[in-house]
Amino acid sequence: MAQDTAPPRAEEHEPEVAVDTARGGLTGLSRLEIIGGLYLLVGVALAWLGVGLPADAIALQFGVGEIAPSLDLNPAVSVPVLAGLIAASGLVGILDRRLPRLAVPALVAGTVLVVPLVLIATLSQSGVPQTNVITLLGESLRLATPIALGALAGLFCERAGIINIGIEGMMLAGAGIGFVFYGLVGQAAGGWPLYAAVVVAVATGAMMAALHALMTITFRVDQIVSGVAINLLAIGITSFLRRQVIIPEGLGGGVTLPTIDLPGLSSLPVLGQLFTGRPIFLSMFVIFVLVQVTLFRSAWGLRVRSVGENAHASETLGIDVVKTRYQAVIIGGMLAGLGGAWFSLETVGTFDDVMTNGKGFIALAALIFGKWRPWPAFGGAVLFGFSEAFGARLQLLGAEVAGYPIPAQFLQSLPFVVTIIVLAGAIGRAVPPANVGKPYERSR
Amino acid sequence: MVEAAPAARRPVVLEARGITKRFPGVVANDGIDFALREGEIHCLLGENGAGKSTLVNVVFGLYEADEGELLVRGEPARFRSSADAIAAGIGMVHQPFQLIPVLTVWENVVLGAELTRGPLLDRAAARERVAELSERYGLAVDPDARTGDLSVGAQQRVELLKALYREADILILDEPTAVLTPQEVDGFFEVVRSLLDRGISIVFITHKLREVLAVADEITVLRGGRVAGAADPATATQASLAGLMVGREVVFGVDKSPASPGEVVLATEGLTVTDERGVAMVRGLDLEVRAGEILGIAGVEGNGQRELVEALTGIRQPLSGRITISGRDMTRATPRRIADAGVGHVPEDRGKDGLVASYPLDDNLVLNGYHRQPFSRRFVMRRGPIREHAERLIADYDVRTPSAAVPAGTLSGGNQQKLVIARELSRDLDLLVVAQPTRGLDVGSIEFIHRQLVAKRDAGVAVLLVSAELDEILNLADRIGVLYRGRFADVVDRTEATRESLGLLMAGARTTEEVA
Amino acid sequence: MSQAPRQGEQPPEGRGPADERRGAAALLETYHRLAPVTVPLYALLLALLVGAGVMLIAGANPFEAYGALFAGAFGNPERLVRTLVRSTPYVVAGIAVALAYRAGLFNIGVEGQLLIGGLTGVWVGTMSALAGTPAVLYVPLVLLAGALGGALWAGIPGVLKARTGAHEVIVTIMLNAIALRMVDWVVTSREPKILLDPDASTPRTPDIVPAGQLPDLVPGTAIPVGLLLAVAIAAGAWYLVSRSTLGFQIRTVGTNPSAARYAGMSVPRIIIVSMLISGAVAGIGGIIAVNAGDSAHLTPGLLRNVGFDGIAIALIARGNPLAVIPAALLWGSLLSGAPLMQVQADLSIDLVRVVQASVILFVAGDMIVRTLFRIRPERGAGGSPTPAATGWGAQT
Ligand SMILES: Nc1ncnc2c1ncn2[C@@H]1O[C@H](COP(=O)(O)OP(=O)(O)O)[C@@H](O)[C@H]1O
Ligand SMILES: [Mg+2]
Repeated sequence: MAQDTAPPRAEEHEPEVAVDTARGGLTGLSRLEIIGGLYLLVGVALAWLGVGLPADAIALQFGVGEIAPSLDLNPAVSVPVLAGLIAASGLVGILDRRLPRLAVPALVAGTVLVVPLVLIATLSQSGVPQTNVITLLGESLRLATPIALGALAGLFCERAGIINIGIEGMMLAGAGIGFVFYGLVGQAAGGWPLYAAVVVAVATGAMMAALHALMTITFRVDQIVSGVAINLLAIGITSFLRRQVIIPEGLGGGVTLPTIDLPGLSSLPVLGQLFTGRPIFLSMFVIFVLVQVTLFRSAWGLRVRSVGENAHASETLGIDVVKTRYQAVIIGGMLAGLGGAWFSLETVGTFDDVMTNGKGFIALAALIFGKWRPWPAFGGAVLFGFSEAFGARLQLLGAEVAGYPIPAQFLQSLPFVVTIIVLAGAIGRAVPPANVGKPYERSR
Repeated sequence: MVEAAPAARRPVVLEARGITKRFPGVVANDGIDFALREGEIHCLLGENGAGKSTLVNVVFGLYEADEGELLVRGEPARFRSSADAIAAGIGMVHQPFQLIPVLTVWENVVLGAELTRGPLLDRAAARERVAELSERYGLAVDPDARTGDLSVGAQQRVELLKALYREADILILDEPTAVLTPQEVDGFFEVVRSLLDRGISIVFITHKLREVLAVADEITVLRGGRVAGAADPATATQASLAGLMVGREVVFGVDKSPASPGEVVLATEGLTVTDERGVAMVRGLDLEVRAGEILGIAGVEGNGQRELVEALTGIRQPLSGRITISGRDMTRATPRRIADAGVGHVPEDRGKDGLVASYPLDDNLVLNGYHRQPFSRRFVMRRGPIREHAERLIADYDVRTPSAAVPAGTLSGGNQQKLVIARELSRDLDLLVVAQPTRGLDVGSIEFIHRQLVAKRDAGVAVLLVSAELDEILNLADRIGVLYRGRFADVVDRTEATRESLGLLMAGARTTEEVA
Repeated sequence: MSQAPRQGEQPPEGRGPADERRGAAALLETYHRLAPVTVPLYALLLALLVGAGVMLIAGANPFEAYGALFAGAFGNPERLVRTLVRSTPYVVAGIAVALAYRAGLFNIGVEGQLLIGGLTGVWVGTMSALAGTPAVLYVPLVLLAGALGGALWAGIPGVLKARTGAHEVIVTIMLNAIALRMVDWVVTSREPKILLDPDASTPRTPDIVPAGQLPDLVPGTAIPVGLLLAVAIAAGAWYLVSRSTLGFQIRTVGTNPSAARYAGMSVPRIIIVSMLISGAVAGIGGIIAVNAGDSAHLTPGLLRNVGFDGIAIALIARGNPLAVIPAALLWGSLLSGAPLMQVQADLSIDLVRVVQASVILFVAGDMIVRTLFRIRPERGAGGSPTPAATGWGAQT
């Protein structure tokens, strides 16, 4: 059969128009037009507010020491300029019918610009109008570690078709049980038990994930319900262990994983700081590359994705859907367990109740923010890390608005608001793997 | 039944003996014997639900037979999954296609049998291999295209490539022609014949008699999960095959008197409708349906039929144009308003859109009328009238069910459709929009539903019938509009239409200007 | 029809032993039919066994521990009352989850809606402009404020789901986090002071004025009227879901939104309305929780996990508002009995969390229970009745 006898399917001949540009709903406006209008308004409002900022220069330093470059900015100028750019991106969004290829990148850029804008505006209100951007970036990356690892955990599961809202629980269990092992075997005093404890945390994550897999794949329990149960179970087990074992044994305040300098890289002039860190933090970058390659370049990754998109089609090709899903979910759990170890073994050296503090849920948000792709999800994780790092920095800087300190709670809430906006489809559309959430029953 | 085929012929490559497969409540295959000979086409014929797909799924290792055995080239075979069947040289094109839309063509083809370099995919080799196969078998397709963007015909070529890539020498084709135009079917048969020449043996499944007689070397007819008989293509006729298939004399066609069209009930002007991706699927369509006539909409699926029906019934907002029903503008009306204006809608996908499977029949029968008297008063539902209503309709429309309280999902496909038909046709209607009303149904239900539609027409209702089955259109319609890429290729009177002329129109040949 | 032979006819049976068999079959049929009741009970049993396993590992005697747990919950009238009071917010939270659940929505946000409802209620209840309002007016006003606050917080994910397809699970998780921080700020901030009670030793709001507090059911018994309110909400929710036309629409949208749309129901409207009702109920739950015992103030941690437990309770009740009551009682009694267990059996109270998680796992995984106890799977639609996991991510 030659190509020219192909059936007349309209879509084969029509240029594909994105949903975002389709007029619809009550307003008759497209999604991008609405968002663009919003950005335009917000941008103009911010520019107007920005003009009123004090004109005293603030300093953005890049690194420490003599050679570190420093950028002195006048907030009363730079904030309106940034706000103007945001407004401009909104304008491009509004004109998406004329500039179809530019609208989405422009809006993404507009969103990213919010970060320096907030930074400069806040500094201008602060008693100490200078900050080290590289340190802030390094801190953001460090705080992004569990979020990023959690997002990768979710990525594996969801690419294979299993929703995982139990990442939080898997991390928490990893943190708790890893630390219990460390405490009991090594008295939380460093040495090999510390590294073995990381392995235990990873294994714990794997076991929680195996439970999730058992429930959702074998027993076809609703995947969200199973995730809820995993979270509750992790809270129960870890706080039980804490009161039953950790507190009575007086474990805690122990040695954490040491800081490592990456030879060569860590002595780079400005960026050197970024290559100094603790092992789980540093391994995160390697893991990202590995995940990207595994999922998108390897045969097994192709199978994982196919199973998440269309389990039955995969089955007809002789792929063992159940096995593939188990593998993906368990690998995801291992990453979540590692993310858990970051809390108890790398950062604090003890275990507190619910110490993951919702990071597993934020990881999920980062995953969706990144539309189920590794690098954009990483970007989402860094954004969340930044808002946390910046919130902490804010306390130090003592920035004030209207005579009151800016509440840290507001800054901490910002990423959640951003996630909701992203989720509402503000910028492009998040299309999850087609079979995610659907229980699979082998035909037999 | 007399075994009509000559005795000693080519060797049997695939044999099924006494295959029995039970599903909860259904014996889908009941002791089926079947043999495929090398280099031949063996047609499996049977009406919907006869058990054809079940049988080949057993052969392909997807289902495990409860009884019976398989022999491949004389050797007993036990397939624990399709991986085993593939390893035994069996390939299958499924109904519906089993492709992963977001992956490229080459990814779909190699999936499960990937070419690798170390742990990584060897993309270059895969692309090359796919290009080479498509060249060799004349199955033109771009290896790097996203499979979901391809036309149905191209997707079918990908399915064939998947089997050929795995070097299948036994190929099972499950209703491959159901998605093609008559002209495409001819092209497809050429491909099939060229495969035979390369020594591939083929099981060809269909419920279309014409096709069987055109290609088969051997014919096995299934009915109700059993082998109803075998037939010799040289001597069989459509009538004899139909008799075997259905188990009784079949009347081709529906008795109906000529239409006496009245007022225009439904009219559209320049109607343009987009699908969920924003692609215009109906493009500036003008149509008219009058009281007392059936306008049949023919066309290859995906040429705007679904979007047209959804726009007419208020499910989808049209991009532009006008819809008028009984003189009132209904362009952006809600489904509720359109239904209340006397429009009945039998949706294409009854399981998903027409019914709530877990609801009892009586609730399903008031699914769109629950808010009216006497089914509810103020804000409270009234069980009594709902139950009485259900019992009346179940009797009138011959819905076979133990009671009105069983979940609709437990009924057979035919009875589910009768339930939807009962709900929609029992209302006071001016216009009836029906999409694929008999898809997947048995002949008894098809005949019943056809009679009901004609009766509505005779009662003065305007009927818009969308169907992918040309025979259904030819049997029922008074006028026929052929949709091609969202426009009418032509609108013809039934008396002037032939299968061939419609087939050409479906492929895009335009005969006269649009007059609807 | 031509399919007649496949309809699985009953083979003709003889007399005598067949009757007996029929009797046994009837019994078996009853056994299967009781599944909605027996499956959760078996699930509870299995969960208690898991708990016992943990107790054994921890070196405690399960009988002793469970005995203490039971005594702690029901041992004397005082404890019984405490258990009832403890369970009341769970009843309301469970109903809030259940209502949304029937509309096919997984309202994880009850946690945040309780908080916001509690906050708006306390705000109105401590407003100086309203001082002097008589109790007959003031109590309903506080409840209304709570309901509005909860409804607002639930309306956001409702509208976003209906209009943009954003999955309510993620949106409500985000809103929970925001609610927690907002309440934390409002309740603890000294500069500016918003709702902080400056005289209290720990950060908390002032008490709602006496006229705005929920009165005792029977004066002097310390059983608040909230209990009655919770039962009334359960009954109302049941009537709404199973008898009203709105309930019919909610259930239809929850089981098959596509068919609902084709039948002329407005799916977005039903989604929004269901979330609003669910959030209003949660908001009232927040007020009930605030009115605990003699005090009536909000602390940042007061409602911690009540919403999440509501999810578990709604799951155990399988979305049936009336079944929420016993499920919530189970929850409340586990929690109120735990301290005695801790004292007597030297087991951390967190053990009951393990039991609770196991209850959900076994209830949700009813295939496990059904396999173990040989109850046949549900007929009809098949699979899990939860539509939660559908429509993950953004879609329309
Ligand atoms: N997976 C399944 N579960 C339950 N019943 C099935 C399943 N597959 C097919 N059936 C039933 O088996 C019968 C035969 O179906 P099928 O083999 O698909 O028929 P055909 O392909 O001839 O149209 C039908 O009654 C159908 O409803
Ligand atoms: Mg079939």
